[in-house]
Amino acid sequence: MGTIVLEPKRKSLLDRLPVSSHIRQSVGVQRTMLLIGVVLCGVFVLAAVFAPLLAPYGYSQISDVDGSFPAQAEPGGKHLLGTTVGGYDVLSRVVWGSQTALAVIVAAVLMSIFLGVFLGLVSGYFGGWLDRVLVVIADAIYAFPTLLVAIVMSIAINKGQSGFWGGILACGFAITAVFVPQYFRVIRAETIRLKAEPFVESAQVVGASSARIIGRHIFANATRTLPLIFTLNASEAILTLAGLGFLGFGIEPSSAAEWGFDLNKAMSDASSGIWWTGVFPGLAIVLTVVGLTLVGESINDLNDPRLRGRKAAGKGGPGSTSGAQAAIAAEVRGS
Amino acid sequence: MTINLGSVSDQSRPEARPVLDIDHLKVTFATDGGDVYAVKDVSLEVKAGEVLAIVGESGSGKTVTAKTILGLLPETATSGGAVLINGNNVISVSAAKLRQIRGRDVAMVFQEPSTALNPVFTVGWQIAEGIRAHAGGDGGKRVSGKEAKARAIEALRKVGIPDPEHRVNYYPHQFSGGQKQRVVIAAALALNPGLIVADEPTTALDVTVQAEILQLLRDLRDKYGTSIVLITHNMGVVADLADRVVVMYQGDVVEEAPVRVLFAEPKQDYTKKLLAAVPHLGHNSASEGMTERAHQKAKVLVEANNLTIEYPGRLGTPSFKAVDGVSFTVSEGEVFGLVGESGSGKTTIGRAIAGLNRTSGGSLKVLGYEMLNFKERTFKPLRKDIGFVFQDPAASFNPQLTIGDCVAEPMMIHTNPSPAQARKRVGELLESVQLPASYAARYPHELSGGQRQRASLARALILNPKLLIADEPTSALDVSVQAKVLELFKEIQAEFGFAALFISHDLAVVDILSQWIGVLYKGKLVEQGIGSQVMGAPQHDYTKRLIASLPVPDPEEQARRREEHRALLGI
Repeated sequence: MGTIVLEPKRKSLLDRLPVSSHIRQSVGVQRTMLLIGVVLCGVFVLAAVFAPLLAPYGYSQISDVDGSFPAQAEPGGKHLLGTTVGGYDVLSRVVWGSQTALAVIVAAVLMSIFLGVFLGLVSGYFGGWLDRVLVVIADAIYAFPTLLVAIVMSIAINKGQSGFWGGILACGFAITAVFVPQYFRVIRAETIRLKAEPFVESAQVVGASSARIIGRHIFANATRTLPLIFTLNASEAILTLAGLGFLGFGIEPSSAAEWGFDLNKAMSDASSGIWWTGVFPGLAIVLTVVGLTLVGESINDLNDPRLRGRKAAGKGGPGSTSGAQAAIAAEVRGS
Repeated sequence: MTINLGSVSDQSRPEARPVLDIDHLKVTFATDGGDVYAVKDVSLEVKAGEVLAIVGESGSGKTVTAKTILGLLPETATSGGAVLINGNNVISVSAAKLRQIRGRDVAMVFQEPSTALNPVFTVGWQIAEGIRAHAGGDGGKRVSGKEAKARAIEALRKVGIPDPEHRVNYYPHQFSGGQKQRVVIAAALALNPGLIVADEPTTALDVTVQAEILQLLRDLRDKYGTSIVLITHNMGVVADLADRVVVMYQGDVVEEAPVRVLFAEPKQDYTKKLLAAVPHLGHNSASEGMTERAHQKAKVLVEANNLTIEYPGRLGTPSFKAVDGVSFTVSEGEVFGLVGESGSGKTTIGRAIAGLNRTSGGSLKVLGYEMLNFKERTFKPLRKDIGFVFQDPAASFNPQLTIGDCVAEPMMIHTNPSPAQARKRVGELLESVQLPASYAARYPHELSGGQRQRASLARALILNPKLLIADEPTSALDVSVQAKVLELFKEIQAEFGFAALFISHDLAVVDILSQWIGVLYKGKLVEQGIGSQVMGAPQHDYTKRLIASLPVPDPEEQARRREEHRALLGI
């Protein structure tokens, strides 16, 4: 047969990372949406990381060298976005709030991914009674409203209120309890599908152990949809966190800034014409969720070849036939 | 570009105008890897009452050409040139006009009848759908439900569905595969189109059913003067049905000739190579001139005695017997060919030998191990002596691992070699299946189908197994690639001397490799014997029918065979 000297090109790191590879292959409206999402998420992450530098005051600061902050001051002057009824600076609270949100997302999503992926792989591969029990539990958790589960978890973990890390972990655990069934279901379904694939059967025929099959053959193939679920769930995690804070099960205002809590406190302001205490935390929630959702949905569309937009055909030169085609051609011709 | 005027029926003056005229067609697809030129420059004509076959291997652009005729290309495609059907250029007409042309002037028969029919509607409704969609369009009167049904019954009768008055109310699942394809053809015929485009109409069907569908298509042409564009990769089907053949390769027409001329004296190199690669029943048999079974003095590796394998039924339904009382042996160094149609249990037997399926009765001894009381733990040491080659080379490699890792896996599990040893052995094996050793660093998707199947063979052989089970190893490959893989398989078997169980639905392929052949039918082994004797003088009625149904790639011989076997096939 004709030997093909063409060495396969290794893709650069930028082409293999989830989001950057998606930006490269996207065009038109899809690209715009993805870029907007990436920018919003970028602003959110930067605000969280550099909160100590960006925020003019601390999250629980109600006075400086010039004396106490005025309560419910209008935006402008020393307080760009005004102050709340308790004398907190709204801009500082919003910026510091992103830090809390990011910490909770990372804690919650990481915990649920590890637990969900592990349980999903084991349950899907072995099946039997373990699988049945886990599926029933997951379904039972699904049946509850997510916020209710989160509240119950939050009360069970630390009686509803606590300091910064304690509060973040409590929120994280609460959200984990809600999200584990989702990861579990997705990974389990993928595992069951992959279990019947010939390459898994070929490993079985060869005599590979179950641990080897799960670890080497199923894991990498079953977790390819994770970036997608991650971004979609991150936005839900923010909403759950805000809901918890709004209902008073979040983190105390003296230990961290939290958007949902601020919204709650702004409720009574709304009727007396004080709009700035509610609008800015609310806007922060909306923009972060929109950003994460845009990224998630765009990845979803770009991963599906039927939904992915492409540049119109017929504009490239004739030299752009792919390597695979050349390989087939050589196979057919060669002798 | 030719301009055609008027819309007089073609059938009265066949020379006057072709039913279909494709002129310098180009189709380009936008893909992630840049533009793909699927069809580069195709021009062809189909006359009234003619069967034109478009043949080619995967990627030749034959299906894209067929889809263009009906305007069925996806959004990512751009097409140029002209496709004229009764004077209308399909490429440039409006969507409304295109809808009128579809069904009335040209209809399509799809490859897979099970998916082409909607499972929640009766077949009568589905045939009538086309009839009603076209009535009342340009000033014609609407068709009542009753009348549409009557016409659906008429269409079903035309395609030979028995008792059409009754069957018109059946749902697709109540028909067998071949009958479903007849229903699809009936739906295509409902409006008496002058042209039918049949895209691999028999590929999903068993050979015995294929023979019936081919006969049906031939009758349509003879009785109603319907022109047919037949898209296929199967040279036997071409020899059986076509009047004229267009050979395509990589988006271009390589050769065009009347069928007898093409098979007798192909002009282009590609066509010659393609025809030479097609397995021909009775040629190149592995058991040529043998009078008794070989290797009988050697040790018996697989011994099935009254083997039964059942699949448990759902609650309340009896279990399904996939394999029913089968007895055979495979001795050291012997190649045993197992042939059968879909549902005959051939794959189940192969999987049971590899320990992927449980047996439920009788006895199956593999390398001395009784599979009836199979335990993974006790069977594992024997696994290194068994190699398995799967049907679909694309799916049998983990896409995340390199070819080298995949091929080395059996070694890693059983002999725990050092990385250098593993690399050396993988290199040797790849060389012996005629792949460059550098391919070990590639990922499966970077190889073509034939190369992947060679790598799959290398993986199966890396531990020098005593027994190799190959389950339809070449049926996902193109003929020219298949020919090379078969040749390689034969060489390697001679070199390594392993015993093999070769499972296939294709009689000609099995005959090339196996000295001893068993024929399975509905879970029973109806006949076994020396390959050339089973093929040449079959004893069992089913084997006779199976061999008679297989179209040979030679129009003259095929026409003669068809006449001889007319009674046997019931056509």
